[in-house]
Amino acid sequence: MSRGVRAVEWLVLVEYVRSPRPEGIYVRSIPQLATEMRTVKREMMSGNEALARGAYEAGVVLGTGYPGTPSTEILENLVRYKPEVYCEWSPNEKVAFEVAAGASVAGARSIVTMKHVGLNVAADPLMTLSYLGVVGGFVACVADDPGMHSSQNEQDTRRYASFAKVPIFEPSDSQEAKDFMLEAMGISEKFSTPVILRSTTRVSHSRSLVNLGERSLPERMIGLVKDPPRFVPIPVWGRPMRQRLDERLKGLKEASERSKANRIEWRDRSLGIITASIAYQYVRDAWPEASVLKLGFSNPFPDSMVVELTSGVDKVLVVEELDDIIEEHVKSLGIQCQGRSIVPGIGELSVDILLDSRAKYEGMEPVTPSVPEYCQGLPPRPPVLCPGCPHRGIFCALGKHDVVVTGDIGCYSLGAFKPLDRMDTILCMGAGISMAQGFQKAGEPKKVVGIVGDSTFFHSGITGLIDIAYNKGSSTIIVLDNRTTAMTGHQDHPGTGVTLMGEKTRALSIEDIGRACGIEMVFTISPYDLSTVKETLSQCLESGEPSLIVSRAPCPLKERRRVGEIREISHEKCKGCELCLKLACPAIEMDKDKPKINKILCGGCGLCEQICPAGAASAVGKTKGDKADA
Amino acid sequence: MRETQSVVLAGVGGQGILLASEILAKAAMAAGYDVKTNEVHGMAQRGGSVVAQVRFGAEVHSPLVARGTARVLGSLEQVEALRFWEYLAQNGLAVVNAQAVVPVTVSSGSAKYPEDVEARLRRAFSRLVYMNAAEEALKLGDIRAANTVLLGAISKGLDLPIDAWQEAIASSVKAKLVDLNIRAFELGMKFH
Repeated sequence: MSRGVRAVEWLVLVEYVRSPRPEGIYVRSIPQLATEMRTVKREMMSGNEALARGAYEAGVVLGTGYPGTPSTEILENLVRYKPEVYCEWSPNEKVAFEVAAGASVAGARSIVTMKHVGLNVAADPLMTLSYLGVVGGFVACVADDPGMHSSQNEQDTRRYASFAKVPIFEPSDSQEAKDFMLEAMGISEKFSTPVILRSTTRVSHSRSLVNLGERSLPERMIGLVKDPPRFVPIPVWGRPMRQRLDERLKGLKEASERSKANRIEWRDRSLGIITASIAYQYVRDAWPEASVLKLGFSNPFPDSMVVELTSGVDKVLVVEELDDIIEEHVKSLGIQCQGRSIVPGIGELSVDILLDSRAKYEGMEPVTPSVPEYCQGLPPRPPVLCPGCPHRGIFCALGKHDVVVTGDIGCYSLGAFKPLDRMDTILCMGAGISMAQGFQKAGEPKKVVGIVGDSTFFHSGITGLIDIAYNKGSSTIIVLDNRTTAMTGHQDHPGTGVTLMGEKTRALSIEDIGRACGIEMVFTISPYDLSTVKETLSQCLESGEPSLIVSRAPCPLKERRRVGEIREISHEKCKGCELCLKLACPAIEMDKDKPKINKILCGGCGLCEQICPAGAASAVGKTKGDKADA
Repeated sequence: MRETQSVVLAGVGGQGILLASEILAKAAMAAGYDVKTNEVHGMAQRGGSVVAQVRFGAEVHSPLVARGTARVLGSLEQVEALRFWEYLAQNGLAVVNAQAVVPVTVSSGSAKYPEDVEARLRRAFSRLVYMNAAEEALKLGDIRAANTVLLGAISKGLDLPIDAWQEAIASSVKAKLVDLNIRAFELGMKFH
């Protein structure tokens, strides 16, 4: 079979021919190409792994970011190429963006990674870096989360591309993720512009096959080429930058119209669909016969391709996830099309949703199967705090106080659910501290407690704390310090003493930072010691002073060990009050009329033992004489 | 070339669904197919329902499986099989591990775990393999091989050669666990 082409390889071959490679290869015969293709290394990669691979092959020497689902694994995979690539978790996305920008102006190819809401934090440097322009290629990888699988909103990053006047690439699978990273890096250097590469949850976390290539480095040396009118946007130099920006956009428009990332697939001419990103893949399954304009380089818009498609088909439909950006633009060109009236703009799309849209488009009723009775009434299984989670102790203690709790982004968001029910607001990273100040200054009659995680504290909690100290606030701030960035999969941060490169470093002290910010009442407690937690909390709330409680215990999921001894509940001593169930611990189950502890799941935190009024819960092996419930 | 084949794997965060989907995807890749998978990360992993989807064929577009198109639905937890019933094609194969992982919503009293799960499963799925994968894995000495036992049973509903499966297992688990997992897989193949 070495000379022939297996059927299964044909389509792969098409992809192979499309992917970037040295010039001259196209003159070879198909069997030659097939043979060559079989020697190319192919791997199953997630979109995020492929973005990292693309950055490596594109000669990136510096990658920065802040963890955020669904973007986190880009940098975690890029750091595997150390020492050829330097990577760091920065304290937040703004810092990460600026570090990468500095590297780029110094001449290095660099990337910065973040989730969609992270770009709000980094929007300040983005908006002006597009004025300055870059030297080494600069790509901001931003991952959107349509459907809000793990996010507080579903904002559409494509808006930022037109807002900041920068190009944007939108891959639809892992091969494109790698290819577009290479093209984005090329466009960035050619036009001296930062580029946004936008992924989504389904692109980042789907796996598909990727052809690997070689790493290529630019010949340029690293070092600032001094040119203040280019890099210093004080008004006298900033105004010409604004002019140059428009000139650049004209060139970029030509580039997007020529880019291989945008293509028309001619099939049946009765319907032409314009689509981008993962929606393209759904379109291919839901409308396999339709002609398609697939956008991969979508700002500036390749208008000539839109005209080419739309003049070649009877009807035009736009299929895009989230905002109506393509539809608005197509209509602005004076072209009739349908889009949002057919395809939903809230939540993520899927083949199922597009099949419903297709039915609607064709004037038929969408077929939604009714749930059979034997699949109804299933118990919901929402995410919960893990057994042994240190956050549970704080929420348990907070349950004893009638206070307002302003919360933040992290695993501890789960404390908002019943039965814990001890978080009243969440806005964004850092707002757990600043909103507490707002409640208190507005005259909220209850005492106010703000909650943030350790990584979140370094991200954007410190400025809020300074505000409370400076403006004479009196809130109590609790930092849930579990020694890691837990929710996104356990990344290090400035408090852990380890860098992303795996090197030991100074571990910043949250207590010292709190004192330096002007907070005088600073306490360090263990969240597993409920009586101390409650006492400390009472002392802080009654003081009328701003206070900082650092609740310190490492995440047991990261440590991969139990906090203490496994507990069990004595069936005889248990009075059936079910107070322990209020802990929402996955290890505590109901056994007919009384709770029992699942020993495989038990994290050994001992909270159940501390709250049980009947003294029925205790460490296994310490209950001799009692008939423990097996 | 036949049309794209889809598989949905369900379970509870921490049960090993992601490893199972990785092995399945590698087996399809070893058999020469284009493959796409999708999985859930982040908040949903904290003890919540987890679903992984694998599609393979000559050319795969969507990584997500459409309703009523999966050839196989495999679940490491009983209720999760019922939760994702709609993915399975009418004549599709359901492979369900006879294990109950009780959600916190049940222990806190806001929901009930159905007592008639097996009866429900038999009504929901005309082709059902209802097995105790954990017990089978324990026979081999390691309960963690339960997901490979499940894969063995799943393999009966798919057209992938045994050597592709073996290659996939060998490249997915630690060297010292390869033999154990291949035996677990073969054990699973006996169920139908």
